[in-house]
Amino acid sequence: MPAGWPRVILYASLASLVVLGLVSGIVLFLVYLERRVLGRLQARIGPNRVGPWGLLQTTADALKLLTKEDIVPAEADRILFVLAPLVVFFGAAMAFAVVPAGPRLVLVDLGVGVLFVVGMGSLAMLGYLMAGWASHSKYSLLGGMRAVAQLVSYELPLTLALLGVVILSGSLAATRIVEVQRHGWFILLQPLGFFIYFTAGLAEINRSPFDLPEGESELVGGYHTEYSGMRWALFFLAEYAGVFSLSALAATLYLGGWLGPWLPGPVWLLLKTFALVFAIIWLRGTWLRPRLDQLLSFSWKFLLPLSLVNLAFTAAEVYFLRWLGVA
Amino acid sequence: MTPDAVAYVRLGVFMFWTVLFTLAALVMARLLRRNRPNPVKLSTYESGLVTRGETWVRFKTSYYLYALAFVIFDLETLFLYPWAVAFRRLGGFAAWEALLFVVTLLLGLGYAWREGALEWK
Repeated sequence: MPAGWPRVILYASLASLVVLGLVSGIVLFLVYLERRVLGRLQARIGPNRVGPWGLLQTTADALKLLTKEDIVPAEADRILFVLAPLVVFFGAAMAFAVVPAGPRLVLVDLGVGVLFVVGMGSLAMLGYLMAGWASHSKYSLLGGMRAVAQLVSYELPLTLALLGVVILSGSLAATRIVEVQRHGWFILLQPLGFFIYFTAGLAEINRSPFDLPEGESELVGGYHTEYSGMRWALFFLAEYAGVFSLSALAATLYLGGWLGPWLPGPVWLLLKTFALVFAIIWLRGTWLRPRLDQLLSFSWKFLLPLSLVNLAFTAAEVYFLRWLGVA
Repeated sequence: MTPDAVAYVRLGVFMFWTVLFTLAALVMARLLRRNRPNPVKLSTYESGLVTRGETWVRFKTSYYLYALAFVIFDLETLFLYPWAVAFRRLGGFAAWEALLFVVTLLLGLGYAWREGALEWK
Protein backbone atom coordinates (compact mmCIF):
# COMPACT_ATOMS: atom_id res chain seq x y z
CA MET A 1 0.00 0.00 0.00
CA PRO A 2 1.48 3.41 -0.97
CA ALA A 3 2.26 5.97 1.73
CA GLY A 4 -0.74 8.23 1.06
CA TRP A 5 -3.38 5.65 1.95
CA PRO A 6 -3.52 5.96 5.76
CA ARG A 7 -4.20 9.67 5.31
CA VAL A 8 -6.99 8.97 2.82
CA ILE A 9 -8.56 6.46 5.18
CA LEU A 10 -8.24 8.76 8.20
CA TYR A 11 -9.86 11.71 6.40
CA ALA A 12 -12.57 9.50 4.96
CA SER A 13 -13.31 8.11 8.44
CA LEU A 14 -13.64 11.59 9.92
CA ALA A 15 -15.86 12.71 7.05
CA SER A 16 -17.99 9.54 7.35
CA LEU A 17 -18.54 10.11 11.06
CA VAL A 18 -19.50 13.74 10.45
CA VAL A 19 -21.99 12.67 7.75
CA LEU A 20 -23.49 9.91 9.94
CA GLY A 21 -23.79 12.34 12.86
CA LEU A 22 -25.43 14.95 10.65
CA VAL A 23 -27.84 12.40 9.22
CA SER A 24 -28.91 11.24 12.69
CA GLY A 25 -29.35 14.82 13.88
CA ILE A 26 -31.32 15.78 10.79
CA VAL A 27 -33.55 12.71 11.12
CA LEU A 28 -34.42 13.64 14.70
CA PHE A 29 -35.27 17.14 13.52
CA LEU A 30 -37.28 15.82 10.55
CA VAL A 31 -39.49 13.68 12.75
CA TYR A 32 -40.15 16.71 14.94
CA LEU A 33 -40.82 18.89 11.89
CA GLU A 34 -43.21 16.34 10.42
CA ARG A 35 -45.20 16.05 13.64
CA ARG A 36 -45.46 19.82 13.96
CA VAL A 37 -46.43 20.40 10.31
CA LEU A 38 -48.92 17.53 10.35
CA GLY A 39 -50.36 19.00 13.51
CA ARG A 40 -50.88 22.33 11.76
CA LEU A 41 -52.42 20.62 8.74
CA GLN A 42 -54.87 18.81 11.01
CA ALA A 43 -55.72 21.96 12.98
CA ARG A 44 -53.97 20.90 16.17
CA ILE A 45 -50.71 21.95 17.79
CA GLY A 46 -48.40 18.93 17.76
CA PRO A 47 -45.65 18.18 20.32
CA ASN A 48 -44.70 21.32 22.28
CA ARG A 49 -43.86 20.17 25.81
CA VAL A 50 -40.34 18.69 25.84
CA GLY A 51 -37.74 21.46 25.47
CA PRO A 52 -38.32 24.81 23.74
CA TRP A 53 -41.20 24.47 21.21
CA GLY A 54 -41.08 20.73 21.83
CA LEU A 55 -37.73 20.49 20.02
CA LEU A 56 -36.42 17.76 22.32
CA GLN A 57 -39.48 15.53 21.89
CA THR A 58 -37.84 13.24 19.32
CA THR A 59 -34.63 13.04 21.35
CA ALA A 60 -36.70 11.81 24.27
CA ASP A 61 -38.43 9.31 21.97
CA ALA A 62 -35.07 8.02 20.74
CA LEU A 63 -33.87 7.53 24.32
CA LYS A 64 -37.05 5.65 25.15
CA LEU A 65 -36.59 3.37 22.15
CA LEU A 66 -33.02 2.67 23.22
CA THR A 67 -34.19 1.27 26.56
CA LYS A 68 -37.27 -0.53 25.24
CA GLU A 69 -37.45 -4.30 25.40
CA ASP A 70 -36.59 -5.99 22.13
CA ILE A 71 -38.81 -8.85 21.05
CA VAL A 72 -37.92 -11.48 18.48
CA PRO A 73 -41.03 -13.63 17.96
CA ALA A 74 -40.50 -17.30 18.80
CA GLU A 75 -41.57 -18.44 15.33
CA ALA A 76 -39.49 -15.89 13.41
CA ASP A 77 -36.51 -16.74 11.23
CA ARG A 78 -34.00 -15.26 13.64
CA ILE A 79 -31.06 -14.52 11.35
CA LEU A 80 -33.11 -12.78 8.64
CA PHE A 81 -35.14 -10.97 11.30
CA VAL A 82 -32.03 -9.48 12.88
CA LEU A 83 -30.35 -8.70 9.57
CA ALA A 84 -33.30 -6.93 7.88
CA PRO A 85 -33.14 -3.54 9.66
CA LEU A 86 -29.39 -3.38 9.05
CA VAL A 87 -29.88 -3.89 5.31
CA VAL A 88 -32.64 -1.28 5.12
CA PHE A 89 -30.62 1.31 7.01
CA PHE A 90 -27.48 0.60 5.00
CA GLY A 91 -29.32 1.20 1.74
CA ALA A 92 -30.83 4.43 3.02
CA ALA A 93 -27.55 5.81 4.36
CA MET A 94 -25.51 5.15 1.21
CA ALA A 95 -27.26 7.90 -0.77
CA PHE A 96 -25.59 10.49 1.45
CA ALA A 97 -22.15 9.43 0.23
CA VAL A 98 -22.60 11.09 -3.15
CA VAL A 99 -24.74 14.20 -2.44
CA PRO A 100 -22.45 17.22 -2.85
CA ALA A 101 -22.89 20.28 -0.62
CA GLY A 102 -20.24 22.20 -2.58
CA PRO A 103 -17.75 21.76 -5.43
CA ARG A 104 -15.35 19.87 -3.16
CA LEU A 105 -17.66 19.30 -0.21
CA VAL A 106 -18.72 15.74 -0.95
CA LEU A 107 -17.92 12.47 0.79
CA VAL A 108 -17.25 10.49 -2.39
CA ASP A 109 -17.14 12.18 -5.79
CA LEU A 110 -18.12 8.96 -7.49
CA GLY A 111 -17.95 8.85 -11.29
CA VAL A 112 -21.08 6.67 -11.41
CA GLY A 113 -22.88 8.60 -8.63
CA VAL A 114 -26.40 8.52 -10.06
CA LEU A 115 -26.27 4.82 -10.87
CA PHE A 116 -24.89 4.08 -7.40
CA VAL A 117 -27.78 5.90 -5.74
CA VAL A 118 -30.32 4.01 -7.82
CA GLY A 119 -28.71 0.69 -6.95
CA MET A 120 -28.53 1.40 -3.24
CA GLY A 121 -32.11 2.66 -3.28
CA SER A 122 -33.33 -0.74 -4.38
CA LEU A 123 -31.29 -2.49 -1.69
CA ALA A 124 -33.96 -1.45 0.80
CA MET A 125 -36.45 -3.64 -1.06
CA LEU A 126 -34.40 -6.68 -0.10
CA GLY A 127 -34.51 -5.60 3.54
CA TYR A 128 -38.29 -5.13 3.49
CA LEU A 129 -38.79 -8.56 1.99
CA MET A 130 -36.44 -10.10 4.57
CA ALA A 131 -38.32 -8.38 7.40
CA GLY A 132 -41.72 -9.35 6.04
CA TRP A 133 -40.80 -12.96 5.46
CA ALA A 134 -38.75 -13.53 8.61
CA SER A 135 -41.41 -12.17 10.99
CA HIS A 136 -43.68 -15.16 10.36
CA SER A 137 -46.75 -12.96 10.69
CA LYS A 138 -49.41 -12.51 8.05
CA TYR A 139 -49.41 -8.72 8.30
CA SER A 140 -45.64 -8.63 7.89
CA LEU A 141 -45.68 -11.01 4.94
CA LEU A 142 -48.30 -8.95 3.12
CA GLY A 143 -46.39 -5.77 3.86
CA GLY A 144 -43.12 -7.22 2.60
CA MET A 145 -44.74 -8.56 -0.57
CA ARG A 146 -46.40 -5.22 -1.23
CA ALA A 147 -43.07 -3.47 -0.74
CA VAL A 148 -41.44 -5.65 -3.39
CA ALA A 149 -44.28 -5.22 -5.91
CA GLN A 150 -44.23 -1.46 -5.37
CA LEU A 151 -40.48 -0.97 -5.47
CA VAL A 152 -40.07 -3.16 -8.52
CA SER A 153 -42.75 -1.17 -10.35
CA TYR A 154 -41.54 2.30 -9.42
CA GLU A 155 -37.84 1.71 -9.90
CA LEU A 156 -38.28 1.68 -13.68
CA PRO A 157 -39.80 5.17 -14.09
CA LEU A 158 -37.30 6.47 -11.54
CA THR A 159 -34.25 5.19 -13.41
CA LEU A 160 -35.67 6.23 -16.78
CA ALA A 161 -36.48 9.74 -15.55
CA LEU A 162 -32.89 10.19 -14.38
CA LEU A 163 -31.70 9.41 -17.91
CA GLY A 164 -32.95 12.85 -18.95
CA VAL A 165 -30.57 14.51 -16.49
CA VAL A 166 -27.73 12.27 -17.63
CA ILE A 167 -28.30 13.16 -21.29
CA LEU A 168 -28.33 16.89 -20.58
CA SER A 169 -25.22 16.86 -18.40
CA GLY A 170 -23.33 14.07 -20.16
CA SER A 171 -22.17 12.68 -16.81
CA LEU A 172 -23.23 10.45 -13.91
CA ALA A 173 -21.20 12.33 -11.29
CA ALA A 174 -23.33 14.50 -8.98
CA THR A 175 -20.77 17.35 -8.80
CA ARG A 176 -20.59 17.59 -12.58
CA ILE A 177 -24.39 17.54 -12.89
CA VAL A 178 -24.64 20.51 -10.52
CA GLU A 179 -21.88 22.44 -12.35
CA VAL A 180 -23.73 22.07 -15.65
CA GLN A 181 -26.80 23.64 -14.03
CA ARG A 182 -24.96 26.96 -13.68
CA HIS A 183 -26.67 27.90 -16.98
CA GLY A 184 -30.14 26.93 -15.77
CA TRP A 185 -31.72 24.45 -13.40
CA PHE A 186 -32.70 21.15 -14.94
CA ILE A 187 -36.25 21.43 -13.65
CA LEU A 188 -36.76 24.06 -16.38
CA LEU A 189 -35.60 21.64 -19.08
CA GLN A 190 -37.03 18.54 -17.39
CA PRO A 191 -40.36 19.41 -15.78
CA LEU A 192 -41.73 15.98 -16.69
CA GLY A 193 -38.58 14.25 -15.49
CA PHE A 194 -38.76 16.02 -12.15
CA PHE A 195 -42.40 15.04 -11.69
CA ILE A 196 -41.67 11.39 -12.50
CA TYR A 197 -38.55 11.27 -10.36
CA PHE A 198 -40.25 12.81 -7.35
CA THR A 199 -43.38 10.64 -7.60
CA ALA A 200 -41.47 7.41 -8.12
CA GLY A 201 -39.02 8.46 -5.39
CA LEU A 202 -41.88 8.80 -2.92
CA ALA A 203 -42.90 5.24 -3.79
CA GLU A 204 -39.30 4.02 -3.38
CA ILE A 205 -39.10 5.32 0.18
CA ASN A 206 -42.65 4.15 1.05
CA ARG A 207 -43.95 7.59 1.85
CA SER A 208 -47.62 8.42 1.63
CA PRO A 209 -49.54 8.39 -0.58
CA PHE A 210 -47.42 5.32 -1.42
CA ASP A 211 -47.13 3.87 2.09
CA LEU A 212 -49.00 0.65 1.34
CA PRO A 213 -46.26 -1.65 2.68
CA GLU A 214 -46.96 -0.15 6.11
CA GLY A 215 -50.63 0.79 5.69
CA GLU A 216 -51.41 0.92 9.41
CA SER A 217 -55.16 0.92 8.95
CA GLU A 218 -55.05 -2.51 7.25
CA LEU A 219 -51.70 -4.14 8.06
CA VAL A 220 -50.97 -2.76 11.58
CA GLY A 221 -47.40 -1.84 10.62
CA GLY A 222 -46.78 -3.97 7.56
CA TYR A 223 -43.27 -5.41 7.38
CA HIS A 224 -42.28 -3.92 10.76
CA THR A 225 -45.31 -5.17 12.72
CA GLU A 226 -43.21 -7.55 14.82
CA TYR A 227 -40.29 -5.19 15.43
CA SER A 228 -39.73 -3.21 18.61
CA GLY A 229 -37.05 -1.20 20.35
CA MET A 230 -33.86 -0.30 18.53
CA ARG A 231 -34.53 -2.58 15.56
CA TRP A 232 -37.78 -0.76 14.91
CA ALA A 233 -35.93 2.54 15.39
CA LEU A 234 -33.54 1.55 12.59
CA PHE A 235 -36.48 1.13 10.18
CA PHE A 236 -37.76 4.50 11.30
CA LEU A 237 -34.34 6.10 10.93
CA ALA A 238 -34.05 4.63 7.44
CA GLU A 239 -37.44 5.99 6.42
CA TYR A 240 -36.64 9.55 7.43
CA ALA A 241 -33.11 9.31 6.07
CA GLY A 242 -34.87 8.30 2.83
CA VAL A 243 -37.10 11.39 2.94
CA PHE A 244 -34.05 13.57 3.37
CA SER A 245 -31.91 11.87 0.74
CA LEU A 246 -34.73 11.90 -1.82
CA SER A 247 -35.18 15.64 -1.28
CA ALA A 248 -31.45 16.31 -1.30
CA LEU A 249 -31.00 14.31 -4.51
CA ALA A 250 -33.95 15.99 -6.21
CA ALA A 251 -32.47 19.35 -5.19
CA THR A 252 -29.07 18.31 -6.54
CA LEU A 253 -30.23 16.85 -9.83
CA TYR A 254 -33.04 19.25 -10.72
CA LEU A 255 -32.82 22.39 -8.56
CA GLY A 256 -29.16 23.28 -8.98
CA GLY A 257 -27.86 21.74 -5.73
CA TRP A 258 -25.51 24.10 -3.92
CA LEU A 259 -25.75 26.83 -6.59
CA GLY A 260 -27.26 30.16 -5.60
CA PRO A 261 -26.29 33.76 -4.96
CA TRP A 262 -25.04 35.41 -1.71
CA LEU A 263 -25.44 32.48 0.69
CA PRO A 264 -22.83 29.68 0.96
CA GLY A 265 -23.45 26.44 -0.96
CA PRO A 266 -24.47 24.11 1.89
CA VAL A 267 -27.09 26.64 3.04
CA TRP A 268 -28.63 26.71 -0.45
CA LEU A 269 -28.68 22.93 -0.59
CA LEU A 270 -30.39 22.74 2.81
CA LEU A 271 -32.95 25.41 1.86
CA LYS A 272 -33.91 23.61 -1.35
CA THR A 273 -33.94 20.25 0.41
CA PHE A 274 -36.19 21.44 3.20
CA ALA A 275 -38.58 23.03 0.72
CA LEU A 276 -39.01 19.56 -0.83
CA VAL A 277 -39.22 17.89 2.60
CA PHE A 278 -42.04 20.26 3.44
CA ALA A 279 -43.81 19.29 0.22
CA ILE A 280 -43.49 15.60 1.16
CA ILE A 281 -45.01 16.22 4.60
CA TRP A 282 -47.76 18.29 3.01
CA LEU A 283 -48.56 15.41 0.65
CA ARG A 284 -48.83 13.06 3.60
CA GLY A 285 -51.24 15.42 5.31
CA THR A 286 -53.54 15.81 2.33
CA TRP A 287 -53.48 12.69 0.11
CA LEU A 288 -55.37 9.44 0.39
CA ARG A 289 -53.75 6.05 0.11
CA PRO A 290 -54.66 4.30 -3.18
CA ARG A 291 -55.48 0.60 -3.55
CA LEU A 292 -52.58 -1.69 -4.43
CA ASP A 293 -53.81 -2.44 -7.97
CA GLN A 294 -54.37 1.27 -8.63
CA LEU A 295 -50.88 1.95 -7.36
CA LEU A 296 -49.28 -0.62 -9.66
CA SER A 297 -51.34 0.45 -12.69
CA PHE A 298 -50.31 4.04 -12.13
CA SER A 299 -46.66 3.07 -12.48
CA TRP A 300 -46.87 0.57 -15.36
CA LYS A 301 -49.57 2.23 -17.42
CA PHE A 302 -48.84 5.89 -16.81
CA LEU A 303 -45.41 6.68 -15.34
CA LEU A 304 -43.44 4.15 -17.37
CA PRO A 305 -44.74 5.23 -20.82
CA LEU A 306 -44.44 8.84 -19.68
CA SER A 307 -40.80 8.38 -18.73
CA LEU A 308 -40.06 6.92 -22.17
CA VAL A 309 -41.77 9.95 -23.73
CA ASN A 310 -39.61 12.13 -21.51
CA LEU A 311 -36.53 10.36 -22.87
CA ALA A 312 -37.48 11.08 -26.48
CA PHE A 313 -38.41 14.64 -25.47
CA THR A 314 -34.98 15.16 -23.90
CA ALA A 315 -33.17 13.86 -26.97
CA ALA A 316 -35.19 16.25 -29.14
CA GLU A 317 -34.45 19.02 -26.67
CA VAL A 318 -30.69 18.54 -27.04
CA TYR A 319 -30.98 18.93 -30.81
CA PHE A 320 -33.23 21.97 -30.42
CA LEU A 321 -30.78 23.65 -28.02
CA ARG A 322 -27.94 22.90 -30.42
CA TRP A 323 -29.97 24.42 -33.26
CA LEU A 324 -30.52 27.54 -31.14
CA GLY A 325 -26.79 27.56 -30.49
CA VAL A 326 -27.15 27.59 -26.68
CA ALA A 327 -25.54 24.29 -25.81
CA MET B 1 -3.36 6.75 -6.40
CA THR B 2 -5.79 7.49 -9.18
CA PRO B 3 -8.79 9.70 -8.26
CA ASP B 4 -11.10 6.76 -8.93
CA ALA B 5 -9.22 4.48 -6.54
CA VAL B 6 -9.37 7.16 -3.85
CA ALA B 7 -13.13 7.57 -4.41
CA TYR B 8 -13.79 3.85 -4.01
CA VAL B 9 -11.60 3.57 -0.91
CA ARG B 10 -13.50 6.50 0.62
CA LEU B 11 -16.77 4.79 -0.26
CA GLY B 12 -15.57 1.58 1.37
CA VAL B 13 -14.62 3.50 4.51
CA PHE B 14 -18.09 5.10 4.62
CA MET B 15 -19.73 1.68 4.23
CA PHE B 16 -17.60 0.32 7.07
CA TRP B 17 -18.58 3.16 9.43
CA THR B 18 -22.25 2.90 8.49
CA VAL B 19 -22.33 -0.77 9.44
CA LEU B 20 -20.40 -0.06 12.64
CA PHE B 21 -22.80 2.80 13.46
CA THR B 22 -25.87 0.55 13.25
CA LEU B 23 -24.16 -2.25 15.18
CA ALA B 24 -23.14 0.22 17.90
CA ALA B 25 -26.75 1.41 18.21
CA LEU B 26 -27.96 -2.19 18.59
CA VAL B 27 -25.25 -3.11 21.11
CA MET B 28 -25.97 0.01 23.15
CA ALA B 29 -29.67 -0.86 23.21
CA ARG B 30 -28.80 -4.41 24.28
CA LEU B 31 -26.82 -3.10 27.27
CA LEU B 32 -29.53 -0.66 28.33
CA ARG B 33 -32.79 -2.52 27.82
CA ARG B 34 -34.50 -5.04 30.04
CA ASN B 35 -35.13 -8.51 28.74
CA ARG B 36 -37.94 -10.57 30.27
CA PRO B 37 -39.46 -12.69 27.55
CA ASN B 38 -42.44 -14.96 28.11
CA PRO B 39 -44.32 -17.23 25.68
CA VAL B 40 -47.21 -14.80 25.20
CA LYS B 41 -44.89 -11.89 24.51
CA LEU B 42 -43.00 -13.93 21.95
CA SER B 43 -46.10 -15.13 20.13
CA THR B 44 -46.94 -13.80 16.68
CA TYR B 45 -48.98 -10.59 16.74
CA GLU B 46 -52.18 -10.88 14.82
CA SER B 47 -54.36 -8.32 16.55
CA GLY B 48 -54.78 -10.44 19.67
CA LEU B 49 -56.10 -13.55 17.94
CA VAL B 50 -54.25 -16.83 17.90
CA THR B 51 -52.60 -17.20 14.51
CA ARG B 52 -54.29 -19.72 12.22
CA GLY B 53 -53.06 -21.61 9.19
CA GLU B 54 -49.82 -21.42 7.25
CA THR B 55 -47.96 -18.10 7.10
CA TRP B 56 -45.08 -19.00 4.82
CA VAL B 57 -47.29 -19.77 1.84
CA ARG B 58 -46.56 -19.59 -1.87
CA PHE B 59 -47.55 -16.17 -3.09
CA LYS B 60 -49.69 -15.43 -6.10
CA THR B 61 -48.45 -15.83 -9.65
CA SER B 62 -49.07 -12.27 -10.82
CA TYR B 63 -45.89 -11.58 -8.92
CA TYR B 64 -43.95 -13.63 -11.40
CA LEU B 65 -45.25 -11.64 -14.36
CA TYR B 66 -44.37 -8.33 -12.74
CA ALA B 67 -40.92 -9.62 -11.93
CA LEU B 68 -40.37 -10.74 -15.53
CA ALA B 69 -41.46 -7.37 -16.92
CA PHE B 70 -39.25 -5.66 -14.36
CA VAL B 71 -36.13 -7.61 -15.31
CA ILE B 72 -36.63 -6.82 -19.00
CA PHE B 73 -37.11 -3.10 -18.50
CA ASP B 74 -34.40 -2.80 -15.88
CA LEU B 75 -31.87 -4.32 -18.26
CA GLU B 76 -33.05 -1.97 -20.97
CA THR B 77 -32.49 1.01 -18.71
CA LEU B 78 -28.99 -0.17 -17.88
CA PHE B 79 -28.19 -0.38 -21.61
CA LEU B 80 -29.46 3.17 -22.06
CA TYR B 81 -27.19 4.68 -19.37
CA PRO B 82 -23.91 4.54 -21.32
CA TRP B 83 -25.80 5.80 -24.35
CA ALA B 84 -27.15 8.75 -22.34
CA VAL B 85 -23.71 9.72 -21.01
CA ALA B 86 -22.26 9.80 -24.52
CA PHE B 87 -25.37 11.17 -26.23
CA ARG B 88 -24.00 14.66 -26.97
CA ARG B 89 -20.82 13.26 -28.53
CA LEU B 90 -22.62 10.67 -30.65
CA GLY B 91 -24.12 11.49 -34.03
CA GLY B 92 -27.74 11.42 -35.08
CA PHE B 93 -27.43 7.73 -35.96
CA ALA B 94 -27.12 6.76 -32.28
CA ALA B 95 -30.29 8.72 -31.48
CA TRP B 96 -32.27 6.79 -34.13
CA GLU B 97 -30.80 3.51 -32.93
CA ALA B 98 -31.87 4.19 -29.35
CA LEU B 99 -35.31 5.22 -30.58
CA LEU B 100 -35.65 1.91 -32.39
CA PHE B 101 -34.55 0.10 -29.21
CA VAL B 102 -37.06 1.95 -27.03
CA VAL B 103 -39.89 1.49 -29.54
CA THR B 104 -39.23 -2.26 -29.63
CA LEU B 105 -39.57 -2.36 -25.86
CA LEU B 106 -42.69 -0.22 -25.97
CA LEU B 107 -44.18 -2.84 -28.28
CA GLY B 108 -43.27 -5.42 -25.64
CA LEU B 109 -44.95 -3.36 -22.94
CA GLY B 110 -48.01 -3.03 -25.15
CA TYR B 111 -48.09 -6.79 -25.61
CA ALA B 112 -47.80 -7.44 -21.86
CA TRP B 113 -50.53 -4.87 -21.29
CA ARG B 114 -52.87 -6.49 -23.84
CA GLU B 115 -52.23 -9.98 -22.46
CA GLY B 116 -53.23 -8.74 -19.02
CA ALA B 117 -49.82 -9.29 -17.38
CA LEU B 118 -50.08 -5.85 -15.79
CA GLU B 119 -53.34 -6.58 -13.99
CA TRP B 120 -53.15 -7.18 -10.26
CA LYS B 121 -55.70 -9.89 -9.60
